[in-house]
Amino acid sequence: MEGLQMFFNLEIFRQVFPLMLQGLLTTLKLSAFTIALGLLCGLFIALGVSQRRLRWLRVGLIVYIDLFRALPPLVLLIFISFLINFWGLRWNVWGIIALSFTLSTACYYGEILRAGIEAVPGGQVEAARSTGMSAVQTMLYVVLPQAFRSTNPELCSNSLLVIKMTAIAGVVGMQDMLGIARNAQSLLYSPAPLILCALIYMVLLWPAVRWVSNMSERQTR
Amino acid sequence: MSASIVDVFLNWEVISRYLPDILGSLVYTIGLAVLIVAGGLALGTVLAVARSAGSRPLAALIVVYVDVMRTVPPMVYLIIVFFCAPYLGLTLSPFESTWLTLTLILAAFIEECVWVGIRTLPAGQVEAARSTGLSWLRTMRHVVLPQAIRMMLGPITGKIAAITKETALGSVIGLTEILGTAESASSNSGNPSTLTVAVVLYLMIFVPVVVGSRYLEKNWNWKT
Repeated sequence: MEGLQMFFNLEIFRQVFPLMLQGLLTTLKLSAFTIALGLLCGLFIALGVSQRRLRWLRVGLIVYIDLFRALPPLVLLIFISFLINFWGLRWNVWGIIALSFTLSTACYYGEILRAGIEAVPGGQVEAARSTGMSAVQTMLYVVLPQAFRSTNPELCSNSLLVIKMTAIAGVVGMQDMLGIARNAQSLLYSPAPLILCALIYMVLLWPAVRWVSNMSERQTR
Repeated sequence: MSASIVDVFLNWEVISRYLPDILGSLVYTIGLAVLIVAGGLALGTVLAVARSAGSRPLAALIVVYVDVMRTVPPMVYLIIVFFCAPYLGLTLSPFESTWLTLTLILAAFIEECVWVGIRTLPAGQVEAARSTGLSWLRTMRHVVLPQAIRMMLGPITGKIAAITKETALGSVIGLTEILGTAESASSNSGNPSTLTVAVVLYLMIFVPVVVGSRYLEKNWNWKT
């Protein structure tokens, strides 16, 4: 009972809650712009990989995808932050995080969208082109809408992973939710802020996790 | 300028000084990954079997466990395990904390995969096996699980690749795996070359894992 009181100390919860909300805001901002940047770059990667004209671009992008999928995001984040600092550049911490998070997530989005683009039957592209649509129009109005729709579950589950990944931002000094919880834990000498942080993540992400897992279960059936 | 970039990021003098340390830390990364895979596979399979044993409360409990493990970032769990254990009078080393955290998370993902595999199997197989006199547990072990796991091998290796990569998180709580060792070496020497080495080592370990798991996911024909 006493242990429970220590971890779920309501007094401390109340005390740190406003701060945690600030951290949450940072976490949400980080997630939103990483997802936006990742999706955008991923889209260009997918287009680059599924085109057939420039072989070197295709091969280069496939190598990028394989290399960056193998690199843990934390390793990339720390490497890039050292790289920027030793280069003598004075980047804002947001810039460092944006660069490294985009590099680590764009390859996943790219891989997902590539599969979506390639799943659209070739006959549709030919049909669209023969009605007089340009290649760009065909891509925009025929192929991409279907690619996005068919890969929706994967895109969502990857975005979920991105939101969870942003928890490592505290390592380079970002005051996200976990960063604030850790400060509060060492200041108050209580584990309660960390527990509160986990609870907030659970409440926020649980519906999304359920939804994604229902979607993928329906797919395998 | 180009010479100075090489001096900064591929300084052989610094690299050769710290290379033995970094290679030593490889043992931690690889050993940890192997132990996580072993623990996660075992626990995940047991949970999936328990979930299909027919007890509703038990199944619900397992679903809650899986969801709780999947909703919170691994980093948050790692910090909680490492910094909260002392409040309970336990002291877990960084190695133990990282292993425990990632094993529990991997088990949740494996449970989900194996469970889907078990459920997709035609019910007639279990009935046939039971009617030949096999007990339920033996039916699971000899008939259901081999097929379920083989069917889901693609997704399972995908999860394994994703979670073993997270061993790098251990550096945050002071585990001297590759990243942690390289980071402290580069603060000691004031030169980031050791981190370049770390990046190369991670690529050497995980490119085969990632490429292999993608190959399995795409080409694994479970019927063979």
